[in-house]
Amino acid sequence: MITDFDTLHDCRDAFVSTLENLASENNQIVAVCNDSVGSSKLGGFRDKWPERLVNVGIAEQNMVGVGAGLANGGKIPFVCAASCFLTGRALEQIKADVAYTHANVKLCGISSGMAYGELGPTHHSIEDFAWTRVLPGITIVAPADPSETKGAVEFAANHDGPVFLRLSRVGVPNIFDSNHRFVAGKANTIRPGQDLTIIANGTLTHRAFQAAELLAKQGIEARVINMATLSPIDIDTIVSAATETGAIVTCEEHSVHGGLGSAIAEVVVQQCPVPMKILGVPGVFAPTGSANYLLDEFGMSATGISEAAHQLFYNKGKKRIA
Amino acid sequence: MNIYSCFDLNTADNFCQRLIKLSRKYADFRKALTDTRLHEIICLYIYSLETFTLDVQTLQDMARQIRLDDLKTVYRAKAGHIGGEMSAIDILTTLYFHTLNIDPTQPNKPTRDRFILSKGHTACALYTTLAHRGFIELDELSTFLQPHSRLNGHPNRNKVPGVETNTGALGHGLPIGIGMAKAAQLSGEGWRVFVLCGDGELQEGSNWEAAMAAAHFKLDNLTLIVDHNRLQQGARVHDTNALAPIADKFAAFGWATTAVDGHDIAQLREAFDKRSATAGQPTCIVANTFKGQGISFMQDKVEWHHKVPNKEQYEQAVEELQAAM
Ligand SMILES: Cc1ncc(C[n+]2csc(CCOP(=O)(O)OP(=O)(O)O)c2C)c(N)n1
Ligand SMILES: [Mg+2]
Repeated sequence: MITDFDTLHDCRDAFVSTLENLASENNQIVAVCNDSVGSSKLGGFRDKWPERLVNVGIAEQNMVGVGAGLANGGKIPFVCAASCFLTGRALEQIKADVAYTHANVKLCGISSGMAYGELGPTHHSIEDFAWTRVLPGITIVAPADPSETKGAVEFAANHDGPVFLRLSRVGVPNIFDSNHRFVAGKANTIRPGQDLTIIANGTLTHRAFQAAELLAKQGIEARVINMATLSPIDIDTIVSAATETGAIVTCEEHSVHGGLGSAIAEVVVQQCPVPMKILGVPGVFAPTGSANYLLDEFGMSATGISEAAHQLFYNKGKKRIA
Repeated sequence: MNIYSCFDLNTADNFCQRLIKLSRKYADFRKALTDTRLHEIICLYIYSLETFTLDVQTLQDMARQIRLDDLKTVYRAKAGHIGGEMSAIDILTTLYFHTLNIDPTQPNKPTRDRFILSKGHTACALYTTLAHRGFIELDELSTFLQPHSRLNGHPNRNKVPGVETNTGALGHGLPIGIGMAKAAQLSGEGWRVFVLCGDGELQEGSNWEAAMAAAHFKLDNLTLIVDHNRLQQGARVHDTNALAPIADKFAAFGWATTAVDGHDIAQLREAFDKRSATAGQPTCIVANTFKGQGISFMQDKVEWHHKVPNKEQYEQAVEELQAAM
């Protein structure tokens, strides 16, 4: 599916161009931000519709509350901020004002995961899946490339209810062609395979795909699934992968606790137990380093993923895996 | 115990390097060292500890040196928040080389004064100041942002001696400062607590919850310094979410307030030394500053919040800072 690994795209560009297109057709769409016009790439939106950009300043709790109020007033607010501050600082507003109230707010976590690299753990957003996933009623989407980002933004604008779009600034290759239709809650198999399955989303999908290519050279055919929607999770695709391939590796730009791997494991252990390996940030505050450096460091280079998959493959069928 | 036995030449040299380099006594120390007059070194060292006050001129020189080293470090790492660093460096220099009762050889001494860099994005300025004050080696600045360096983009207490708390998310410093000041009050200790925050940072509601608590708890050992450079990340504070009048707001919350020129070290010294005449009143000092202070093309320019100079810009900046020395 991926033909060009070298041309990388910043998905924020697809995010804002889609948002601007939608906003030009629907004047109920507004943007809310926290002194983050630049990092959310909202400069174009501001220039076109200055009065529809609500910049509350450096005040995330206020920002999410304002978003909930705008939704109540019939607007469709896209609340954009660095994912760490959006989800961490305003979590109770997200719980009470957005999820519990079922307000039509679109939470857009920019630069999620390890994107802020050297800025360190205050800026890493590797808890946001866990924090939002436990809240009922929020659709959570982590798109893997520009095309999927476009689909996810369109879905968010048209869906009546809370959405968390988990976006990144870390460059990714094109995975899907421009005709790709994003369907919330439906995962995509981007590479067939019977020996085991690798499931990823966001910036990890292309790494998982590359890992599968490495495994193929060793005679292992890995199925690769892009699970952009974390909640509600695509149970059928997980159950088929488990029953047909017998082992699942997950990889995510998130803590190994509470994210994609955990969500999949919840399905697997209850419906179709098979061995799993969960790759992610291993329960530590990351040391200094760039996003890509840290992902490699935590075993999520293509080679790292393929090695973990290789090991799991040879452990298939064992009662206990070391 | 015989005092002479506590010091060998290496220890003495170390002390000299760390502390005395800054003072006018430095030359005397070096001379004594080369003459290996150990007795004299120790006397001078003790003297310097007791009378360690630097004059304004020396503090200004130190601030210029810290600006230069900060610039070099940001340029080398190709990242940093240089605008807000330049605006805070006179404040940091005055605190670390005049006001704070701290000892680089005992960074966790229980009775030390506490300083919190609430605007943690300007970590590089703090590291540079800590290095000149002897908490870390100057050489270590070259590791800023490198893989596994202690010197992360935001300060980490568990890695860097002298850092009091891990900041980087804005609006956390003042509540923590209140806890530190309250702890001093509860234990009947005399340490003081200083918090430096950005002006944009004051848009975080947590500051105003803390502002109420500080006056209510009668924390006259607490000083908040606002780096009032009138710019935040993407625009002027005034155009984003105007805060003015900052001092009046704190006064209404029960604080003693003053405004100073945040680049005038004499004014900063005086303001930091002073405690409110009204018992129990916390102090808020609004330090009027410029982002990018000291480097003409960065001064008061919003885009220099976290831009990195190119080669020509770097060379010009070095030239300007050196010319001022
Ligand atoms: C909670 C939180 N929200 C947003 C940010 C992103 N951010 C980093 S610096 C900054 C601007 C800070 O402006 P100001 O406080 O005025 O600092 P200064 O001008 O001294 O750099 C912003 C929005 C952050 N670090 N923390
Ligand atoms: Mg400012």
